[in-house]
Amino acid sequence: MITTQNLSKKFDNNLAVDDLNLEVSEGEVFGFLGPNGAGKTTTVRMLTSLIGPTSGSALVNGYQIGKQDTEIRRSVGILTEAPGMYDNLSAEFNLEIYANLYEVKDPKGQVEKYLRMLGLWDRRQDEAGTFSKGMKQKLAIARALLHEPRILFLDEPTAALDPEASHLVHDFISELRKEGRTIFLCTHNLDEADRLCDRVGVFKTHLLVVDTPSNLRSQLFGRRVVFHLSSSNETIAASIRALPFVREAKVYENKLIVNLEDPEGHNPEIIRVLVGAGADIQFVGELRHSLEDVYLQLVKNA
Amino acid sequence: MNKIKTIIRKEWAEVFKKRMVLFTVIFMPLFLSVLPLIILYSMGGTAENSANAELPAQFQQFCKTDMSSGQCMQYYIVSEFMIMFMLIPLFVPVNIAAYSIVGEKTTHSLEPLLATPISTSELLTGKNLASVIPAVLATWVGFGIFAIGSLIITGGGTLAAALLDPMWLIAIFLAGPLMAILSVNFSIMVSSRVNDPRVAEQLSAVVILPLLAIFFGQIAGLFILNSTLILIMCLVLFLVDILMVYLAIRLFQRETIITRWK
Repeated sequence: MITTQNLSKKFDNNLAVDDLNLEVSEGEVFGFLGPNGAGKTTTVRMLTSLIGPTSGSALVNGYQIGKQDTEIRRSVGILTEAPGMYDNLSAEFNLEIYANLYEVKDPKGQVEKYLRMLGLWDRRQDEAGTFSKGMKQKLAIARALLHEPRILFLDEPTAALDPEASHLVHDFISELRKEGRTIFLCTHNLDEADRLCDRVGVFKTHLLVVDTPSNLRSQLFGRRVVFHLSSSNETIAASIRALPFVREAKVYENKLIVNLEDPEGHNPEIIRVLVGAGADIQFVGELRHSLEDVYLQLVKNA
Repeated sequence: MNKIKTIIRKEWAEVFKKRMVLFTVIFMPLFLSVLPLIILYSMGGTAENSANAELPAQFQQFCKTDMSSGQCMQYYIVSEFMIMFMLIPLFVPVNIAAYSIVGEKTTHSLEPLLATPISTSELLTGKNLASVIPAVLATWVGFGIFAIGSLIITGGGTLAAALLDPMWLIAIFLAGPLMAILSVNFSIMVSSRVNDPRVAEQLSAVVILPLLAIFFGQIAGLFILNSTLILIMCLVLFLVDILMVYLAIRLFQRETIITRWK
């Protein structure tokens, strides 16, 4: 659905995107993570044919950027960083304008469909300027979907939204995912990416890494298992460290935290060793690194 | 064509909610139509007194032979106001275009708009027509008020015929729309370089300077407008308009606008 080859963008002497090579499959929710000024918005703008690349190429929905820009614009939906609604026009008229510009066959029907879907139908005659941030964001999402694009670019869809509004937007993205749409999600919200994305790419001018959130966690940090013991001490930890498959074992209060590659395969052996060393095991669980840990680690090393 | 119509509808729905724009579109044509009528009416009783007033030598030859000196003076003064009347097609679109382009910047609405499959020429044609049509209509309606008023005040005599001669009809119906197109495209070019509608308006108002030069040139007796001069002016305006439309499209660089407009 989206393929880029050595895609680069330079503004004067400032390299915003450097040699981006990326593939996003149909129906995938791809999270594009990176700090402010990393070039995420520039990438989205290139992929939606709003700006041209300095070098490299990209195919979006089978169309080449820079050569088939109108076709790309017709076939993708974009939620820009700022909603950019016409504040003194009604919500309904705002959407009608875009339905006409996207050459939607039944503009009124599509507008009604999405206003109802996003719970804005009762406020359709109200000026967009009277809407809360969350409602404006929903209206902007509706605008991006009016022409039923198979690829959707969402640039910070929950930025500046309160938790309730963010939750609504997350639920809606999940619904879109069920419909099989491809979603390219730029976000700072790492919980959001963890929850919604099939794969994430960490980006800082160039792509640092692409993988599923769980693979990134295990690649960077391995997997950690916590053994709650009635009492713990360094002797017990040393006996665990002696095992060849254990990367690291730390004692924290009465917990033993063990870093493993394959907990499912190695936990039984660890439990046998712990019991043999006289430890009383109360509880065993996995300690998960957040995507934020992964992100911070990657960006720090970049 | 449907996209152009959509842009025009959007522009009008948005722009005419702004009181300042409404005021300019309604008040200015009304003021410039009524003022010459008031002068015509107030000078009606003093036509003979005006007979001794000095007219520029060049102007006297354009007074009809059957006009009294007083009527000739009235014709001269009202003609000067007729030039000011041509401010309408220049000034009204500046107000609309300044809001229409810079407004998109301030509300961040241009990026989603440019993300649609609309071409630059469709977008600018829509914005052009949204500014030019009200300006031209305001000019024509204003001129209609003036024409009817002057016929009533003068009783349809020689003075009325002279005031409504082909020169002014060409000016209103041909030069007016051409001036409006010039004004809008100049505003679009200015708007692509500034961030505040008021600054855009002020800079765009530069387009009225040539008209003021004509006004003061005629008062100073440097030249007198006639049909030939107006036709030459129309031809020049037509050529300048083509250049301005070309430049406006060339300068409306989507990438620059998206990445540099803050």
